[in-house]
Amino acid sequence: MMEQQDQQQDSKLSTWVNQRFPLAKVWREHLSEYYAPKNFNFWYFFGSLALLMFVLQIVTGIWLTMFYTPSEKDAFASVEYIMRDVNYGWLIRYLHSTGASAFFIVIYLHMFRSLLYGSHKKPRELLWLFGMLLFALLLAEAFFGYLLPWGQMSYWGAQVITSLFSAIPYIGDTLVLWLRGDYYVANATLNRFFSLHVIAIPLLMVILVWLHLVALHHVGSNNPSGIDIKKNLNASGKPVDGIPFHPYYTVKDLVGVVVFLIAFCTIVFFYPTLGGYFLEADNFVPANPLVTPDHIAPVWYMTPFYSILRAVPDKLMGVIAMAGSIAFLFVLPWLDRSRVRSMRYRGIWSKIALALFVVCFIALGYLGTVAVTPFRQMLAQIFTIIYFAFFILMPVYTRFEKTKPLPTRVS
Amino acid sequence: MSEGEINNGRRKFLTIATTVFGGIGAAFAAVPFISSWSPSARARAEGVPVEVNISQIQPGQQVTVEWRGSPVWILRRTQKMLDSLSADEDQLRDPKSLAEQQPGYAQNRHRSRNPEYLILVGICTHLGCVPKYCPSRSKCPQDLGAGWPGGFFCPCHGSKFDFSGRVFKGVPAPINLKVPPYTFMNENVILIGVDEDSPAEV
Repeated sequence: MMEQQDQQQDSKLSTWVNQRFPLAKVWREHLSEYYAPKNFNFWYFFGSLALLMFVLQIVTGIWLTMFYTPSEKDAFASVEYIMRDVNYGWLIRYLHSTGASAFFIVIYLHMFRSLLYGSHKKPRELLWLFGMLLFALLLAEAFFGYLLPWGQMSYWGAQVITSLFSAIPYIGDTLVLWLRGDYYVANATLNRFFSLHVIAIPLLMVILVWLHLVALHHVGSNNPSGIDIKKNLNASGKPVDGIPFHPYYTVKDLVGVVVFLIAFCTIVFFYPTLGGYFLEADNFVPANPLVTPDHIAPVWYMTPFYSILRAVPDKLMGVIAMAGSIAFLFVLPWLDRSRVRSMRYRGIWSKIALALFVVCFIALGYLGTVAVTPFRQMLAQIFTIIYFAFFILMPVYTRFEKTKPLPTRVS
Repeated sequence: MSEGEINNGRRKFLTIATTVFGGIGAAFAAVPFISSWSPSARARAEGVPVEVNISQIQPGQQVTVEWRGSPVWILRRTQKMLDSLSADEDQLRDPKSLAEQQPGYAQNRHRSRNPEYLILVGICTHLGCVPKYCPSRSKCPQDLGAGWPGGFFCPCHGSKFDFSGRVFKGVPAPINLKVPPYTFMNENVILIGVDEDSPAEV
C-alpha cells in the first residue's frame, strides 16, 4: 500500500518536472536509449575515467583553495600548512597532485584509443577537435597549477615556459612582460596563474566537456571494428549491434572505476611523489629568483614536448617544433586518408607507423626527464624526426596501403 | 514597400552594422582587462635603479645583486680573462655584439664601460635560467672539457658564454647575455638601471 502511494507521488513529481524541464527526454537520449556499440573493450574505459578525474580534481581543488594563500610570501608556507596542520590536508593535496598525473595517464590512453580505432575520422572530426582543445586546456591548467606551491621547480618551470614567448620576433619581450605582469616571475604572475587555474580554465573545460559529449552523442560512438552500427537497424529503428548505455555501460564503467581507484589510491597512499615523477624533489625548496636548480625538468606529462623543444638547437625553431608537435595532432582527421577506421583492418604501414609513434612518444618523454648529454641529444633528434614523420607521411601511407575488407557486423 | 514584405538587403545591412559596432565596442571594453596584465605602478616603482659599491670586489670575483627581480652580475675581470676574450672569437655567434643586447657604450670586445668590470643581467637568453660562473674547468658544476676557455654555463639547456657574456656557437641560446644600462657615480659606486640614454623610469 505504502509502495503504491510512493510510486504515485513519484510519477506526480516527475510529471510536474517533465512539464517544465525535459528530464525524462534527456535521460532517454543520453543514457537509457543512447545506443552504444556492443563490442566496447578495455580502451573504452578511459572516457568515463577522464570524467571521474575531472570531478575529483574540481572537488579536491575547491578544498585546497580553502586553505591555500596565493601570495609570493605565503604560498609555499600555506602548502606546508595544508600538508602538516590541516586535518587530512595531506590527503586532499596528494589526491590533487597525484590526480593531475593520473588525469594525464587516462587522457593519453583515451587519445591512443582514437589513433588505434580511427575515432577521429569522419564524421567525428569536431568531436576530436573538442577533445584536442580540452587536451590543450589541460596542459595549460597543469602548467598554471604547478606554479602555485611556489617551490623552486614551480618557479623555474614558469620562468622557462613564459620565456618561450620571447622567441616570437619583435613583440616577444613585450609579450613576456605582459604575461608575467612584472620584470620577473613575481607575485603578480602567481596571482594571475591562481585565477586562471581555479576559475578561467576549469570553466572553459566544463563548457568543452559538454560540447565534446553533445558531439559524441550526435554522431554516436565509434568501436573497435570501426564500422558504423547505425547502418544496421532492427524493426524498431535501433542499431542491431548497439546496446543502451544505461544500464549496460554504466555498470561496465563502474567496474573500470573500481579497478582504477584501487591503483590510484595505492599510489596516493604509498608513493604520492612516485620517486620524483609526480612531484619533483626540487619543489620542496622555496622559490628563489636568483638561483636556478641544476636540472630543470617539467612533470612527466609535458616531457615529450619539452624534449622536442630541447632537441632543436635554435630558440625560435625549437619553440615552433614544440608547438607543431601539438598542432599536428589537431589536424589528424585530415591527415588520415585511410579507407577504414580501425587498425584491425588497416595495412602493415599504419601499424608500423603507430607502433613507432608510441615508442617515440615514450622515449621523448623519458629523455625530457633527464639531463642532456650529446648522445641523448642525438637520440632526441632522431625521435623528434620520427614523431613528425608519423604525421607528415600519414596522407601517403594511409592512402596507398592495402587494407582488409570491412565486415558488416561488429565483432 | 507593402507591409509583410521582407527587405533582405536592409536586414543584411542592419545585421552587419550591428555586428561591426558591437565588435568595436567589445574591443574597447577589452582594453582595461588586457592592460591590467601589464606591470602595475607598484611593480614599476619597485623596478627603480639600484646602487652598488664595487670597491670590495676582488679580481676574478663575481658578485650578484638584484635589480627588477633578476640577478645582475658584477664580475671584476683579471688581465688574463680580458686577454682570453680575443682568443676564441671565431667560436662565438656574435663576437662584435651586433644584436641589440647592450647600450652603445658596451658594444665592444669587453662589453662594458670600464674593461675591468663586467655588468650583465644573469638571465640566459634561451629560456631565462641563471647561468653558472665557470672561470675554469675545475670551478664548474659540470665538466665542460679541456678546451673550456672560461665564462658562464647554463645548466638548464647547456648554453655557454665567454667572459664578456658573448654566446658560443652550437648552443640553444640565440644571442649574447644582456648588459643593463648603468652609470658610474664615482670610481667605486655604480648605479644599475639608469644611464644617459635611459633615465630611470617610474
